[in-house]
Amino acid sequence: MENLIKKLEQMVDVKSFVKKREDLYFLTAREEQIIVLLAYLKEKEGFNHLAFLQAVDYIEDNKFMLTYMLYNLDKKMNLGINVFIDREKASMTSIHSLWHHAWQYQRELHELFGIDFPGSPRVKESFVLEGWDEMPPMRRDFDTLEYVERTFYPRPGRSTNDPKDYMKEKKYKNFVDSPKLRR
Amino acid sequence: MIKNSESKYKDFVADRSKYPQEENGKPVIDLSSHKYTKIWQGPQHPGVTGNMSVELIVTGDEIVDAKTRVGYLHRGFEKLMERRRYIQCFPIVCRICVPEPDTNEYCVSAAMEDLAGIEIPEKAKWLRTLNLEMSRLANFLMWIGGQAGSLGMGAISQWTMAMRDYWLDLFEELTGGRVYHMYMIPGGVRKDLPDGFEEKARELIIRTRDLLYDIERVFFNNSIVKSRLIGLGIITPEMVAEYGIVGPNARACGVENDIRINNPYVKYAELNVKMITATEGDAYARAKVRYREMHQTLDLITEIFDKMPAGGEIQAKLPNVLHWKIPAGQTYVKAESTRGEHGFYMVSDGTKYPRRVFARGASYTHSISVLEKLAVNISISDLAALMVSVHSCPPEIER
Repeated sequence: MENLIKKLEQMVDVKSFVKKREDLYFLTAREEQIIVLLAYLKEKEGFNHLAFLQAVDYIEDNKFMLTYMLYNLDKKMNLGINVFIDREKASMTSIHSLWHHAWQYQRELHELFGIDFPGSPRVKESFVLEGWDEMPPMRRDFDTLEYVERTFYPRPGRSTNDPKDYMKEKKYKNFVDSPKLRR
Repeated sequence: MIKNSESKYKDFVADRSKYPQEENGKPVIDLSSHKYTKIWQGPQHPGVTGNMSVELIVTGDEIVDAKTRVGYLHRGFEKLMERRRYIQCFPIVCRICVPEPDTNEYCVSAAMEDLAGIEIPEKAKWLRTLNLEMSRLANFLMWIGGQAGSLGMGAISQWTMAMRDYWLDLFEELTGGRVYHMYMIPGGVRKDLPDGFEEKARELIIRTRDLLYDIERVFFNNSIVKSRLIGLGIITPEMVAEYGIVGPNARACGVENDIRINNPYVKYAELNVKMITATEGDAYARAKVRYREMHQTLDLITEIFDKMPAGGEIQAKLPNVLHWKIPAGQTYVKAESTRGEHGFYMVSDGTKYPRRVFARGASYTHSISVLEKLAVNISISDLAALMVSVHSCPPEIER
């Protein structure tokens, strides 16, 4: 594996390289070189199984981290490739020409994270959210609670009690909480 | 249209004079020409495939285009997990695949242990292996019932679902739950084997094997089954890498891909797991591979009972799990489910909450890209058999 990394370092700009387990490695590459890197790994090094392509939202750095997980059946080795892309105008090169099923992940990322993959087939189709006009829900600034309260308004006949207040009101009205008593 | 020479439709000569306009080997579909009909298969499911629908365009009863539509089971598990502490994720993950929840539990526990650097005791590893194999058997029993049911043989579904219920009884005894077990928690498992469990399991293995021999006679040696499944939905070895095909679907066309052997986890390195493959790559070969896997699973359960130590710790020491902070990092843990590679990608940022959890199910590609390719040019009546044959499980597509 170290030999492969040396080879890759001569080809592309490998920012960092981490050995997580005996059969799992992670490396960080640059956005522009991802197609070259993936094509090389697939065609020449036998990493021909794309297990998944997913995104992680680092909202504090204003970045998305994309992870391409590859697997080599002969060496029995997993290699994850991380790429950081800009979060504001999130867009990434499509890899549908390398794997036939890559468009599925790209469609999912487009819908759930709002990352665009220009040229990817069926990328604008809806995946699980039909008729969704909010912001992409897997982004970390999407407030689930606020959305639920706005969309699924409280129905008549339903009341909500905070258990702590409820018990205090109903059962222990005269109870005085003091650190002395607790001890 | 070009037919596969080994396909079951090789003698069928389609009259294309009425359906012109082909471009790049695909018909140009114009619904307003009244030559094509659009129909939806689903979201009610034929057999055990789960709630997803396939949007079909047919001429007569021949499918010319298929598109899988999912979204009926989307519950936003991955988003929910970002807002929960690590231990609170457990009631969620087992819902990701209903018939086989234990693979999810194992992967999430193992991912947390991997990130936090926890080593689990030997006995816990054995119990995890046992639980994984039992759930594999339960899911295969359900699957073969579905495969028979999709061809109209409802009796086999009744037999196998009844037998699966006996295995669920054992699960109930071991874990307290029949369908969702929540048995494997970080650091080990929740309980040791109850008294008399091994004897009951060994007796049930004999009964299951009897049932499997019955199924072989009634199902696999049945001429109708053979005529309908042989040549249906051929997956070639070239397709495997291109479409991300894993598990029995890949093994049925000769690709030796079994995570239990290639990247052994828990105790599989000490067990005698064999690579079960076939060469034909059609629906019948896939069914045969899964049938042999069921026999292997029964062997493995026996072997686990023989090799498992009687006593020992079942739970490693954990910090207070309600305030558990896992060091920052990322990991990918995978296991062989009945459908193939099932994995969890987990990213931690050093807080009490996971930054991102992603569940990679084998059905994600099998039921969308692969099914859409295989469904073209087959008859509508074979679609249900094909959907079961690629072993689709929609909850793990949508999560």
